Formats: sequence, C-alpha cells, structure tokens
Amino acid sequence: MKSLRFALRQIVPIIFSYVFVGLAFGILMHKAGFSPLWTIFSSVIIYAGSMQIVMVSLLSGGASLLTVALMTLFINGRHVFYGIGFVEKFRKMGWKYPYMVFTMTDETYSILCSMKYPLDTKEEKVDFYVMLSCHLLWIASTAIGALAGEMIPYDMTGIDFSATAFFVTVVVSQWRSFGSHIPAITGLVSAVIFYLLLGPDKFIMPALSISMVALVIMRDRIAIKKGGDDYAG
Amino acid sequence: MQAEVLFTAGIIGVVAAVTWFIRGLPYLMFGGKKKIPDIALYLGSVLPAAIMIILVVYCLRNIDYKTFPYGGAELLSVFVVTGLHIWKKNPFLSIFLGTACYMVLIRTIFA
Repeated sequence: MKSLRFALRQIVPIIFSYVFVGLAFGILMHKAGFSPLWTIFSSVIIYAGSMQIVMVSLLSGGASLLTVALMTLFINGRHVFYGIGFVEKFRKMGWKYPYMVFTMTDETYSILCSMKYPLDTKEEKVDFYVMLSCHLLWIASTAIGALAGEMIPYDMTGIDFSATAFFVTVVVSQWRSFGSHIPAITGLVSAVIFYLLLGPDKFIMPALSISMVALVIMRDRIAIKKGGDDYAG
Repeated sequence: MQAEVLFTAGIIGVVAAVTWFIRGLPYLMFGGKKKIPDIALYLGSVLPAAIMIILVVYCLRNIDYKTFPYGGAELLSVFVVTGLHIWKKNPFLSIFLGTACYMVLIRTIFA
C-alpha cells in the first residue's frame, strides 16, 4: 500500500501533459471517423503520445506500411536510449519485465530517473505501479477524448506546455542532485549545435548519439568529479 | 469495410511493433543472463541528465525565433518554471503556474 501511494504521488507532475495530449489524440481519432475502440486499442499497445497523433494522419492519408515503420523509427527512436540504465533492475522482475520495458515513455523515464524511494517502500513495486498507473491514465485520457472530447467548452490552447514544464523541473532537480554537471551541459551543447545544424525535425537522434559518445570519452573526468558516488536511476 | 479494418489494424500494429522494438533493443543487447558491461552501467547513470535537457530542447523545437514574438512566451515561462522550482521545489506548483503563465502570455502580451 505504501508503495502504491508513493507511486501515485510521483506521477502527479505528468498528469496534465498525459491528460491533454491524450484528449487531443482521442478527439483527432474521433474527428477522423475512427471508433473509440481503435483509440483505446492504440493506446494499450502503442502508448507513445506524439507518435499516436502523427498516426492519425497516416491512418486517414493511406500511408504504406513501410512509410509507417520508418516514421515510427524516426519519431520514437529516442526511446532506445532509455533502457540502458534499467536493464539490471528490470530483468529481475519476472512477468513484469516485458511490461516495464514496453511502458517506458519520455515521462515515465523521467519519473523513474528522479525518484528518491523512501525506506519503507519496495523499489520494484513502486516502479511497476508508476508504469501501470501512467499507462492506465494514458488509456483513460485518450478514451475520454474519443468519447466526449468535443464537449470540453474551454479553449485549451497552450496546455501542452505542461510537458515542457515537467521536463524543466526534472532538469532543475537533477542539476541539484547530480555530482557532476558535465552530463547535463553535454546534452545541452549537443542539442543546441544539432538544432542549429539540422533544424527542429532532425536534431534529436544526432544530439542523443553524440552526447552518449562524448560521455563515454569523458568517462574518467566525470567519474573523478562525482567521487565514486552512484547516482544511477 | 473488411479491407479498411485490416488497413487500420495493420498500421496500428506496425507502429506498435516498431515502438516495442525500439524500447526493447537495449534489453536485447544487455538483458541476457551475462553480466552487464561496465560501460552500460556508467551510461545508465550519466545519460539521464543529458537526455532530460535534450528533451527540453525537443519540446521547444518548434519555436519560431526569427519572427515576433521570438518564442518569448515559451522562454519566459521556462524561466518562471525554473525559478519556481529552485525556490519552492514543488513539481506540481512549478508545472501548474508555469503552464498557467504560458497560457496567459499567448493570449495577452504575445497574442
């Protein structure tokens, strides 16, 4: 129970971003003429916000399966970097292992990376509850969007900024708790350089890859600065 | 009708399969019974800090900084969130007020 309650408190910061992106996807699917069952089915088995929104236009535009596969690689490719730190932890989780792997999103990754587990909770339990409750929240938000989204009377433009705000709070918290600031600065510098070189649509994979290479090269410096302290997520 | 259902299911299936593959790849590489290489453990500990800040840039990627309002609403709101979070250390408060600030700015000063 304590683990569940702690897990639910940890997901509060992402509620806005999930609910409103979820509603947006549900509304788009509804407008494109798809039954709510398709919306729910997509959210259960895909569970990737921006990709699902792009998928609506692929569905109504009649894209080829190869195009769809390449678009998905392109848009979700960044997720390949999220598993590296969790292999050790998740592989011991039995039947939950594949579920943990496939429910890793930008948001759940950030939550798991910044969690400080109280002593009276079980880490594996908390992680599982975080993944499950976020996934259910996503499914529910998209379903509500599909069934009742058009009844929302307010202009919600700009609410999507809550995702940006969430990641900013994670950066600030990590900046405070990490022993070395080199990783964060490396990420920022490569993101800005590749953004300027390649533009908004193509920069993220090069930025992530080059950061990874740079961090491997700077390994000794970072290890010295963090003083052997293990801050793994 | 039948063809349409197959087409929709096909696209959703392909998106899901590719997404699973991307998310599963690190575990396919390092998730066996053998010991995880040191370099993967090291990257697991330092990558989050780099990734988070790249995600912030990713969220802000569609700002048009060449024409008015030069991303003013976004940048100002990012400052508000940063300041609030350094000061109050409460994620919900920072996100709530930061987003409210953004929604007000795009309707008023930067409309």
